[in-house]
Amino acid sequence: MVLIREKSYNRSMKESGMPTENQSKINFKKIDEIMASYDYKKANLIAILQKVQGLYTYLPEEAMTYIGTKVEDVSPATVYGVATFYAQFSLVPQGKYEIKLCDGTACHVRGSMPLLNAVKSKLGFTDEKTTTDDGLFSLTTVSCLGACGLAPVVVINGKVYPQMTADAIKIVLDTLLKEEK
Amino acid sequence: MEKTMLNIDIKEEQQKAQDEIRKQGLRVLVCSGTGCIANGALEVIEKFNQLGAEVSVLTNYDKMTIVPTGCHGFCEQGVLVLIPDMHTVYVKVHATDVEEIYESHIKNGKPVERLLYTDPKTDEKVTKSEDINFYAKQTRTALANCGHINAESIDESIAVDGYAALSKVIEENNPDAIIAEIEKSGLRGRGGGGFPTGRKWKFTAANRGGKSYVVCNGDEGDPGAFMDRSVMEGDPHKLLEGIAIAAFAIGADEAYIYVRAEYPLAIKRLRKAIVDAEERHILGDKIMGSDFNLSIHIKEGAGAFVCGEETALMASIEGERGMPRPKPPFPANKGLFGRPTLINNVETLANVPLIIRKGYEWFSSMGTETSKGTKTFALTGEVNNTGLIEVPMGTTLREIVFDIGGGIRNGKKFKAVQIGGPSGGCLTEEHLDLKMDYDNLIKAGAMVGSGGLVVMAEDTCIVEVARFFMNFTQNESCGKCVPCREGTKNMLKILEKIVAGKSEMADLDLLEELAVSVKEGSLCGLGKTAPNPVLSTLKYFRDEYHAHIKDKKCPAGVCTAMKKIVIVPELCKGCTKCARNCPVGAISGSLKEPHIIDQEKCIKCEICLKSCPFKAIVLE
Repeated sequence: MVLIREKSYNRSMKESGMPTENQSKINFKKIDEIMASYDYKKANLIAILQKVQGLYTYLPEEAMTYIGTKVEDVSPATVYGVATFYAQFSLVPQGKYEIKLCDGTACHVRGSMPLLNAVKSKLGFTDEKTTTDDGLFSLTTVSCLGACGLAPVVVINGKVYPQMTADAIKIVLDTLLKEEK
Repeated sequence: MEKTMLNIDIKEEQQKAQDEIRKQGLRVLVCSGTGCIANGALEVIEKFNQLGAEVSVLTNYDKMTIVPTGCHGFCEQGVLVLIPDMHTVYVKVHATDVEEIYESHIKNGKPVERLLYTDPKTDEKVTKSEDINFYAKQTRTALANCGHINAESIDESIAVDGYAALSKVIEENNPDAIIAEIEKSGLRGRGGGGFPTGRKWKFTAANRGGKSYVVCNGDEGDPGAFMDRSVMEGDPHKLLEGIAIAAFAIGADEAYIYVRAEYPLAIKRLRKAIVDAEERHILGDKIMGSDFNLSIHIKEGAGAFVCGEETALMASIEGERGMPRPKPPFPANKGLFGRPTLINNVETLANVPLIIRKGYEWFSSMGTETSKGTKTFALTGEVNNTGLIEVPMGTTLREIVFDIGGGIRNGKKFKAVQIGGPSGGCLTEEHLDLKMDYDNLIKAGAMVGSGGLVVMAEDTCIVEVARFFMNFTQNESCGKCVPCREGTKNMLKILEKIVAGKSEMADLDLLEELAVSVKEGSLCGLGKTAPNPVLSTLKYFRDEYHAHIKDKKCPAGVCTAMKKIVIVPELCKGCTKCARNCPVGAISGSLKEPHIIDQEKCIKCEICLKSCPFKAIVLE
């Protein structure tokens, strides 16, 4: 189990284009503070993981193992199990700009697929590679953001872009790229 | 039962709150739901505030107050600005329009024509919201306050009867009477299943005495649905009141609201609402001076559709993987942390205070024989007026799509409605006059579900839609039971083959056989309903499946694998524009000579099709 997990972890790290040594910079003290604020309770495991992901944009393996040794009644395997179950958690670093593209029914019917293809071709993403090499952008497809009246929608770092088209999203991305330069 | 003496007189509080609202002068309501915020509602509010609160002597007000409200439902037309006292609703308002509204209408009483809603049928401007078809045909009860009060103010909620029902039940101190009232009202679960709410309460109340919980299911995972989000964002106190009444009825002192993490605004507003209510002793310990205690916690989900299933949801609250378990034991006997638990959906609980306050007869006077009250639907897809609506049970599909929804956009032809999300099914033209309620929809092979209603036009491929839903449920299958885990995977494979034009007729039999096995053999609601989109489309659109399989054609022209883009040599002038624009270099030819598309390389993006100045490129 550990072996498989190690392997898939390293593979996904490689695919994300991030150097693997990045993972050692974990602030255990900060993680302790988070766990303490949730009384080290198992019922709060998901909330703890959400906070830790907030720190790193993803769940570093060392952080998960550490949480698994500290929170009551859980093992590192349980933590890993929970982290891989929920769509919100990522085991690879996310970009500075997290692009969430909605492919809920309403967005799908109004053309979210051409939108997805536009983002993919613009940033060079494939089904496996979802973060740009410079760590600037990452892409996830989500099932519904509840903004169906504005379909199709794209959310970048919490900002909702309504009624997007393939051309419009390219302009949005170009603007963000320009800001970075 | 002896009455309880309360130390808060809710009528007095209501009076005070109403006086405060009167002091606000002219109220300008700006919709601040997720949709309108995306369209710039916060900038509109800021601009209004910059202009100050000075109102001309022409009006009867000495000042105005900008009120950020919850969702008005008409998301398509956002940002919406309502001035109730002037009977005006403005649509598609931008920050740049604010000054004109202020100067022309608010100060000088002259409405801004260009910002009024235009009726697409008559092309006339409509001033009042009650005259807009989208609103006129609705009956808003659960959503009554959404969009009309400041969602972040407990006083505004109290002013419109907030917590009056809770005060009544605590004072009367007769929990069994509450359950009887809910039972008589005929309220059924609004989350999808349609189980009678009163009966569920009764089962849980039978275990009174020890620790028990109320759980509110706000994990609105159905793609295409946002009813619960709007209630939580627009009228959070009504939900809290419903939860408190339920807790009082079944004897619980702790409650959880499980909200999807995708709804940050709902989480924020609910948190604030709980703090505000506790400060006023309307929630928390010794509520209104009685012995009734209730602490309400918010649990953020982390993105798993299966958590809408009640046993999976409880596992998730306990910090586990959100996997369902077999029932019995039912949550009413053994639920959260092993204790008796009542689980109700957001919309169900939002109806509770109304039933208590207005009486069960009022509620049961709406709807059909078996389905009482109203139902909210999220109307989306290829319809002119998308948004959130509330209609009495038994309203027909035609009224919803064509009257409220304003018909199909861009003059396209109606094809089908997908109702109930990934668990639901498709309804077609023949169902337009079907009275929509729990039982009629089940008979038609669909279900009310949580109320997502996606309208599809003639250019939507039904087989592709079935594949889309199967892809969703396959992704979301938790993997615990074999029929769902393996069955959905193989159903998806077959559907992918069909849309890729690589299937045979025998695949269709296998697909149907699998669908029945998954439906019958799965552990929880997710698997049991996952084949519905396939089964219902097979029932009503079998010829479209046949076209894909036998003729390798997609009648709607959606499935890319079956598309062929070609250049008509007689029309091509050899301008090279298409070759220059092709992203994959699939087009070749020399200047002033007809060009050719290499079908192996073509990705069917249709860029050439759109850019050809001579219309020489066609879709075969």
